[in-house]
This record gives sequence, C-alpha cells and structure tokens, in this order.
Amino acid sequence: MARVRTGVRAIGAVLAAVLGASLAGCSATGGKRAEDARRAAEAQGRAAVDTPRWTFAMVTHSGDGDTFWDIVQRGAKQAAVKDNVKFLYAHSDEAQQQAQLVQTYIDQKVDGLIVTLAKPGAMKDVVAKATRAGIPVITVNSGSAESKAYGALTHIGQDETVAGEAVGEELDRRGRKKALCVLHEQGNVGHEQRCSGAGKTFGGALQNLYVDGTNMPDVQAAIEAKLQTDPSIDAVVTLGAPFADAAVQAKRTAGSEAEIDTFDLNAKVVAGLKSGDLGFAVDQQPYLQGYEAVDLLWLYRYNADVLGGGRPVLTGPQIITEKDAAELQDYTERGTR
Amino acid sequence: MTATAPPAHDRTGPSDERLLRTSPWKKLLGRPELGSVVGAAAVFLFFSIVADTFLRASSLSTVLYAASTIGIMAVPIALLMIGGEFDLSAGVLVTSSALVSSMFSYQMTANVWVGALVSLLVTLAIGAFNGVMLVRTRLPSFIITLGTFLMLTGMNLGFTKLISGTVSTKTIADMAGFPAAKKVFASFTVGGVDVKTTILWWIALVALATWILLRTRFGNWIFAVGGGAGAARAVGVPVARTKILLYTGVAFCAWISGQHLLFSFDVVQSGEGVGNELIYIIAAVIGGCLITGGYGSAIGSAVGAFIFGMTSKGIVYAEWNPDWFKFFLGAMLLLATLLNAWVRKRAEATT
Repeated sequence: MARVRTGVRAIGAVLAAVLGASLAGCSATGGKRAEDARRAAEAQGRAAVDTPRWTFAMVTHSGDGDTFWDIVQRGAKQAAVKDNVKFLYAHSDEAQQQAQLVQTYIDQKVDGLIVTLAKPGAMKDVVAKATRAGIPVITVNSGSAESKAYGALTHIGQDETVAGEAVGEELDRRGRKKALCVLHEQGNVGHEQRCSGAGKTFGGALQNLYVDGTNMPDVQAAIEAKLQTDPSIDAVVTLGAPFADAAVQAKRTAGSEAEIDTFDLNAKVVAGLKSGDLGFAVDQQPYLQGYEAVDLLWLYRYNADVLGGGRPVLTGPQIITEKDAAELQDYTERGTR
Repeated sequence: MTATAPPAHDRTGPSDERLLRTSPWKKLLGRPELGSVVGAAAVFLFFSIVADTFLRASSLSTVLYAASTIGIMAVPIALLMIGGEFDLSAGVLVTSSALVSSMFSYQMTANVWVGALVSLLVTLAIGAFNGVMLVRTRLPSFIITLGTFLMLTGMNLGFTKLISGTVSTKTIADMAGFPAAKKVFASFTVGGVDVKTTILWWIALVALATWILLRTRFGNWIFAVGGGAGAARAVGVPVARTKILLYTGVAFCAWISGQHLLFSFDVVQSGEGVGNELIYIIAAVIGGCLITGGYGSAIGSAVGAFIFGMTSKGIVYAEWNPDWFKFFLGAMLLLATLLNAWVRKRAEATT
C-alpha cells in the first residue's frame, strides 16, 4: 500500500506542475476570457410585480443533460423572477417516474403545475388529481391532442406533425428529391410524428434512419454508411441540434452532396447555418415554452386569464435559414434560443 | 515466469503433459480469438453478399472507424476481464475525460494541449480510484464500478452545468493548439484521403496489449490474477498492483477515446456515453474473453469490435427496415458469439 500512497503523491505533484504550466500555456483565442470580454455583465433580474410569492412546478420527460430542456428551464426561470414566483423543476424520461414526480408536487400543494405529455397515458390520472386539488395545470411541448381532455388550462408547444410538414414543404421548396430522417431515440412518439409529417408533405422519397443518440461517433458512422449506400440522397434531416454536426462530418467523409437540415437550435447549428454547412433549422422556441407556461400560470392566478381559447398555443415551427443566423447568434450563445 | 524451480522429475522425460510438443496447427486451434475470427469472417461474408455497397473501400473505412471507436476501449476492458474484473464506468469515463479537457481549456483560456494533459491526470486518477477501492474494500468490481458509473454520470452533468451554465460544453475549435490536437486524436488528410486516427490508435493499442499479455511478466500476472487471485498471491504475484494498473489502463484508453470525442466534434454533450460500457464488454466477450477471467486475448477484443462495427453498419448498407434495427443487431451478435463458442469447443476437443 505504501507504493500506492507514493503514487498518489506523485500524481499530486504532477498535477500542481501542470496547473502552474497552464498559466503559461494560454490560448490567445477563444475561451472564457473571450466570452467575458464579449459580454458585459447582465443586469440582475428583479421581480416586476408585487403579487404573493406563488410556487410553480414543472415536470418534464427530459433525460439527463438535454440541451433543449435546459433552454426551456431558462425561459421558465426568467419568467419566474419577473413574476415573483418560486420555480421548481424535476424531470424523468421514465413515464411512471414522471407521474410520481407530479404527485410529489401535488402533495406539496404548489400553486401551479407545468407538465409535458410525451407519454400521455401515464400522466392522465395525475393531471386529473392536480385539477381536483385545485392546482391549475398547463401542458407544454408534447400532448397538444390530450391536453384539453385531461383538464389542463392551455397547451403551449409545437405540433410535431405540423413541424414535420413544414420540413417537407421546405425540402420541396429547395428542390430535394430524396431525404433521410435521422431519429436518435427509437420509440419516441414525437420523433416518429416529425418524420411522418415530413414524409406527408415532401414530394420526394423520405427514409428513416435510427441511430444511437448517446454515442456520437456511432451516429456519424451510421449516417456515413447510409450516404455511401445511397448516393442519391440529397437531404439529411436530424431531429436534434447536436446531431446536425455529426451529419455534416458524415457528409464530408462520405463525399456526399446532400444538404443537412435539422430540428432545434444551438450555437453550433447557427454557426453552421451561417457558414452554409446547414440548409435550414426548424425552431420550436423552447425558451418561449418555459417562459409562457410560467407567465400564463401567473396570469391565471392574478387575473383568471387563459390563452388559446381551448386550442394549443403554437411556439413553432419557425424555419431558420442563413439570413436569420447572424441575428440569432448572440441568443444561442447565451442559451436562450 | 516467476521464480519457481521446475520439479526434478521433469528432466526424466515427457511424463508431464505440459511438456508434450504440440503441433502449430493445434496451437492455433487453442487460441482464444480463433472462434471470433471465424465469426467475423462469417459476418463479413454475409454482408458482402446481402449489401452491394459493403465491399467498397469507402464503406470498409466507415466500418473500420465504427469498429475502432469501440475497439480502443475493448482492448483494456479485455485485459481487465482476463484479470477477472469488470468496469461499468468505462462508458461515461470517456465522456468525463472529454468534458474535463474541454472545460479546463475553456475556463482557463489555456492551450487545448494543457486541457488534454489535465484531463489525462484526472482520468488516470479516476481509474486508479476504481482499482484502489477494489483492492482496499474487497467488494466486487461490479459494485465499485457501478458506484463510479453513477457518480461520474452525475458529475458529468453537475459540473458541466455548474461551470458552463448549460448541459454541453462551449466550442474550443477557435483555441490555440486545436488543429494539431485534431490531427492527433480525430483525423488528418494524406493525399486527399481522410484518415481517422482512432484506427491507428486502435492498432497500436492492440499490438501493445498483445505484447504485454504474451511477452512480459506483467502479462503473466494478469492471467494469474484472473485465473485465481489466491493462488497468484501465494506464488508472489502482486495482485493489488496488477489490478490497479489494469484499471489505470482502462482510464488511459478512456482518455484517448474522450479526446477523440472532443477533437472531432469540438462540443461535448454531458449526457453521452451511458450504455457504451456494455458495448465494450460485449466486444471483449465476442472476442473470446471469459466473463469469469483468466482467459482471452487483445486481438480477440479487436475482432469482437470489428464484428460489432460490421453488424451495426452492415444493417444500414443492407438497407433493412430500420424498425427492426436492434433486433438484427442482437441476433447477429448472438449468432457470432454462438459460432465463436462452438469453434472453441471443437478446437479444445481436438487438442
């Protein structure tokens, strides 16, 4: 064991040396220093209203570390600061777990609930329980068809089929003949709806390709393999922003001429649109989904206001191309688009 | 070859079966990777027939790339399994390694090589932690590395959110040292051909691991420790040191894979890597490593990774209905492993 201890001490010494050396080995470009220089300190948020401090909770079907839901949360938090609301958030990609999380918030007697209905069946009872307990519920993102029937006030989100249809139309407008729809989660209903929606309006042929979303090199190799097999594919549509870049690299290695398009935004997608690596992106404005949900719950509590007139309030699809990219760059970098 | 004197009666004649001369043919049949080589040949033939594009040079290089990203990790996992242990944290450790590297470079505005070096130390420390915990607590490696797996999954997300404010890292593509690091860890062009460096790393690691296993004292220790730790300790094998070194070996390869992830995509998603640990283990098992330890080879793990790469990409080349993707993958893997086991049984029967 003495040998182990000496080893630890040696590692410690090397670590200290490296930390010292890192101050010398600075990068002249990029990095945090550039970010700090670029952005002046943002003003601290302060509540704009003096309503009682209500507590709103949001429960989503997000997995761990999902960029999209990070942006939704950011929107919700900023609305909560402005509305003098305490905002709670929980998530689980298992339907049963998600329902249990909603139940815990009902037990805590929160003043408003925001839930997603990605797996509607599992959420039905618990949403009914919340409304029975007098807690107003707003559904976001997924479940526009079930929202009203389950007793929610409003649904805020994008209709996935409509979004898919918009993609199909845009592909037609760009004269594409054969498109590939890359699904990174097998069995996700929203993903299937997007691809089938695109297939519905697209004049050419559309094929699905399932990839393993937790393994980026595998995503790239799978798209590469598909493009090599079928050189007539002239468009690739990925369903999440991080996969667009993998598709761009796959296209390069496969020597394909296909245009890469994607759902959702992030800083890299915007940069890709700007440089021409990407054709277009379909944005459903996740920030708006979080922000509006909190704000509408506040409006309901304060003024009994309801938006949408019984119909879903759509936050997308918004087709974003090269000409919008410059404007959106700052917003994606701060994580709100 | 530890210091054990040969028994005296050995000199009298071939009364000991260990001293019998075996023909090269029989020696070949006794190799652990033989079954998987036959399996790989079968899978290769199969896809060459059903998929027209499979045999093209560009397609094969894609398959090789897919195999290499698994293979780099399957090598140390195979060694670890020969040594009788498991590592469930290997998949997320790759992501951790990439995250540390990226975030250190970004936050310190340091040259990306400095970040990579810090990441190497952190990753090796995590590997050593696994090993030290294992030999100190004497708990099964399944429990120890499951604990590390969960902690790393949480830390990947928690630290990334804490430090960069979002769930993915910021781009470091515009920072000093990036182009060179990209050449070393991702890809470079030679005469217009894009070469993925993972393939070179993979070949080098397989060669190194094979040399260690077959030609060095440490290699003997690995087999001894996996065959029976008690007996190994009795003949003077440093069991604890061997196991800790095996875990640091896994960590070192996780670092290479992690740097590949970072320098080929330049942004790292913190939630990645979960589930990959099983793929590495599957590759090692297909390649002839016994789950119980003491038997296996590095070349076998490479063949296992190659089978995995061929199957997962071959399905795409064959243009099968994607709804059945996972089913095909599972069936192919099962068939390859069964064939592997069958060949090995036949081989053992003839020796």
